Amino acid sequence: MIRKYKNLYVELDAANIAWLYFDRADASANTLSAEVLEEFDLCLDYVENMKPSGLVILSAKKSGFIAGADVNEFVPIKDEATALTLIRRGQAVFTRLEKMPFPTVAAINGFCLGGGMELALACTYRVAREGEGTQLGLPEVKLGIHPGFGGTVRSTAVMGGPAALDMMLTGRAFNAKAAKKAGLVDMVVAERHLKNAARHLLKTRPPKRRPGGLMALADSALARPFLANAIGKKLAQKANPAHYPAPFALLDVWRKHAGNLERMMDAEARSVAKLITGATAQNLIRVFTLQEKMKAAGKKNAAKVAHLHVIGAGIMGGDIAAWSALRGIRVTLQDREAKFIAPAIKRANELFTKRLKEKRLVQAAMDRLIPDVKGSGAGRADLIIEAVFEEAEVKRALFKGLEPKARPDAVFATNTSSIPLEEIASALTSPERLVGIHFFNPVPQMQLVEVVNGAATAPEVFDRSLAYVLQIGKLPLAVKSSPGFLVNRVLMPYLLEGVILESEGVPVTAVDRAAVKFGMPMGPLLLADTVGLDICHHVTKIFSAHMPLTVPEKLEQLVKAGHLGKKSGKGFYDWRRGHPVSFDKRDSLLSESEITDRLIGRFVNECVACLREGVVANADQLDAGMVFGTGFAPFRGGPLKYAADAGAWELAERLKEFEAKYGGRFKPDAGWSSFTKDR
Amino acid sequence: MTDNQLRPVYVVDGARTPFLKTDHLPGPFAASDLAVMAGRALLARMPFAPEQLDEAVIGCVMPAASEVNIARVISLRLGCGKKVPAYTVARNCASGMQALDCAAKDIALGRAEMVLAGGAEAMSHYPLMFDLPMQAWSIEIASAKTLGKRLAALAKFRPRFLKPVIGILQGLTDHTIGLSMGQTAENLAYRFGISREEMDAFAMESHRRLGEATDAGRLEEKETLIGPDGTVYAEDSGLRRDTSMEKLAKLKPVFDPKVGLVTAGNSAQITDGAAIMVLASAQAVDKYNLPVLGRIVDIRWAGVNPAEMGLGPVHAMASVMKENGLSSSDVDFWEVNEAFAVQVLACLKAWEDPLYMKEEVEVDGPFGPIDRSKLNVDGGAVGLGHPVGASGARITLHLLNVLKRNNSRRGIASLCIGGGQGGAILVERAQ
Repeated sequence: MIRKYKNLYVELDAANIAWLYFDRADASANTLSAEVLEEFDLCLDYVENMKPSGLVILSAKKSGFIAGADVNEFVPIKDEATALTLIRRGQAVFTRLEKMPFPTVAAINGFCLGGGMELALACTYRVAREGEGTQLGLPEVKLGIHPGFGGTVRSTAVMGGPAALDMMLTGRAFNAKAAKKAGLVDMVVAERHLKNAARHLLKTRPPKRRPGGLMALADSALARPFLANAIGKKLAQKANPAHYPAPFALLDVWRKHAGNLERMMDAEARSVAKLITGATAQNLIRVFTLQEKMKAAGKKNAAKVAHLHVIGAGIMGGDIAAWSALRGIRVTLQDREAKFIAPAIKRANELFTKRLKEKRLVQAAMDRLIPDVKGSGAGRADLIIEAVFEEAEVKRALFKGLEPKARPDAVFATNTSSIPLEEIASALTSPERLVGIHFFNPVPQMQLVEVVNGAATAPEVFDRSLAYVLQIGKLPLAVKSSPGFLVNRVLMPYLLEGVILESEGVPVTAVDRAAVKFGMPMGPLLLADTVGLDICHHVTKIFSAHMPLTVPEKLEQLVKAGHLGKKSGKGFYDWRRGHPVSFDKRDSLLSESEITDRLIGRFVNECVACLREGVVANADQLDAGMVFGTGFAPFRGGPLKYAADAGAWELAERLKEFEAKYGGRFKPDAGWSSFTKDR
Repeated sequence: MTDNQLRPVYVVDGARTPFLKTDHLPGPFAASDLAVMAGRALLARMPFAPEQLDEAVIGCVMPAASEVNIARVISLRLGCGKKVPAYTVARNCASGMQALDCAAKDIALGRAEMVLAGGAEAMSHYPLMFDLPMQAWSIEIASAKTLGKRLAALAKFRPRFLKPVIGILQGLTDHTIGLSMGQTAENLAYRFGISREEMDAFAMESHRRLGEATDAGRLEEKETLIGPDGTVYAEDSGLRRDTSMEKLAKLKPVFDPKVGLVTAGNSAQITDGAAIMVLASAQAVDKYNLPVLGRIVDIRWAGVNPAEMGLGPVHAMASVMKENGLSSSDVDFWEVNEAFAVQVLACLKAWEDPLYMKEEVEVDGPFGPIDRSKLNVDGGAVGLGHPVGASGARITLHLLNVLKRNNSRRGIASLCIGGGQGGAILVERAQ
């Protein structure tokens, strides 16, 4: 007996157990849209009437239980009242599931996040499939909200406040094993036993999971204010409540109402309704959507890279090789001698150990990463990436030498950040096979990879490069071959303005504080110190050939004195055991808003120039690129979104004002005119 | 296996690890690690993907308990995929050559086109074990259900249960005759009247040749390894460049204490290593345009007195010579594995001894002397060590590279085998 709906179906078996499968139409993964939710409610009517001995909720999709709410439906929500109605409806459906007169089990095969996790928490029991791909969590804070369908209430009830808060405030996901340990699931089994485990739970009906001892005590009215205070202090060190209100709102809901489920439910709904209509959530949702779009970019192309050959085993080349091996690609890593490859192998082993944990998985990744002094791998690789030092002639000779050795269909990629692609490509008989694949340091942490389309690059070669970047789990940003591409080109004026401000007498910490307050992950001077002042100097020199940039005198002096930043122990900061310390005790002559406007003004101005020149396809891609490539304040939705929100016209006026005061470097780009009209 | 109706078998290429001697046991790599590191470097330069191999055959005497059917472990780790079958072979000291024999037969018979074959051994990983009484006692404790029974079982413990069984000593002993390998070597010294000085001189020369070959870059089949901690292993670490007759003379006999002649200095060292090759049919060579290092013409095996196991090569090589109608002068280069300096010297004496050849090998007269300048030209196991699973593949691969370097045609590689056997392989290069 099977009953079908558009997005789910349910069947009753001979043992009188109802099996309800989520199977969202026209999608590869389940999400909870309003439509799916209503159908689920209807289906619960039907199931209740059948009077089963129990209900098991599963996914009919190959991987994954339910990914969460349908984020696309968040965007049009503009007023709090509408939001509140929608949230209360969701709460009602899940509460109904919770109150079914028979036990219920969520059988979780793969990811179970956000709304999916909330649904699972409303079940009596949860069983998760062990192994890769299973991820459970409530990552809503990453979208500027917190759980709204009873997730705050039920996770607290199951795990205890401190554990539940830790999960929700960080937004981190648990694998199956960790979820069991944290009390989020009742059982973890192999896929072959997922249904058996559900049957077992329905048959034996063990007591529902509850936090024990201290955890339970933490949720008492007496302990909460004290704990919330402590957690709030820690939180404030990591996030600015003005920029990211959600974690603070969540903590507040718990502190005030964790004693009373109904009131907590109500407070949760009101809090989310308020957050979701706020600027931060709307911008973070925008960033999330842009990210999903980038992930969809190269999907048409199915040909995966089986063998990658990397030339140059320095930090960049070594980390590109290691990251690709981590993601399942066979990699040969070439350098002149084994001793130059050895540090890369060591770092790779550390990376694999940290990420993969299990010994056999680490071993498999290490087996895939093959030191290759002779460069034998070049003959069979699908893709060859060079990351040797930035010298056009070296790169030209390298690719020229590769051409007769490599497979005719192998893609040639350069990781250059400063040499025009065309200059390298002209050394090749087939210049159309050369593309730029520009990684950022540190490779394991940086999500964005610029894929550079040279004048001669073949479309097929470009598509395969996008697909490779997606294959290794990074976000590809298609950029035109022009000096600095997007990310470095925009970062340099920001960084140099910081240097100029400092030499004008603004204390180091005041410069960086202004940037961080705006929402940048790192101030320009700390960034310069971290990158290395010699590198900043070198890059500025190269860029100055194409852009109106000059090396500030201060930078010149520091480099000459051997003060290179973090690596030499002294730069704009003094570095003590890897930590920056500033002894700059000067008083700032400029207001903080002037500092911010100068830094961000140059940043955004360069973005406008890049958009006008077509370095990236459109404003959305530019915003995504800057958020994922530089960490530009995600809650602002990207530099161009920020410009639109702040008023493009006003920003352009401010630049003009600075131009009159400080000179040509602030000259508003010609692109502002069309930009102000368009938005 | 003469090649009348059988298909010819080609050696495409091969690679080996440095042979690693470790002062502190166990060494840095398990046997499968070593095979994977040599094999992946080899496969990276092949024009075909690992998945296109037809099978993998690996020789290994004592894989770790976690490496059951180590050939399959290795082929999976090399990315050959689930469809490439793999089996492990053992013929003690010639296990690596046995792997070549099996692979060659599969190709000759038309069962396979391309086979990954070789050997690996991590002798420094040989385990310490508890003997059967300890095992029986442990099982009794574990299966005792009541407290009384458990106490009774506990009381049966005897301290001697804790005496470890040392894997490597067990492995290097012939239990049917109760002699260690070194004692069988002492037998040869006695029978052929070979002096301590002769053995030590042979050992000196072996180290000298290995040092020279290393410096001249003649060990081109050797792949540098990088450990997960970033340590680089580039050289065969058994090589002693500073050895001298005086130093060798100071060493004490290890197998027959006080009165024996065989020392650690004039024996093969205990090292870890792997050597891996790709063998292919003519069709595969054509299809993938594979390079050809040489052809395996014949492989022969022989049995000898276990107490004189070191003479195995004489019998196996004689069989190859006879079946292929060769005399010593037809063979350009020789590799006879140096299990013991005295054992190679004894082989040479027997080879030239008409009486021995007639009575024990049962061939008419000697095949002619083997020129020492054509034998083990780049040193041998005295300097490199003898990881028992790997040596057979190593000497064959190196012999082919020697032939290539000298633009020569024919070579024979041979090993003695603990338990009283010999194996020999005849290879040829097209000219």
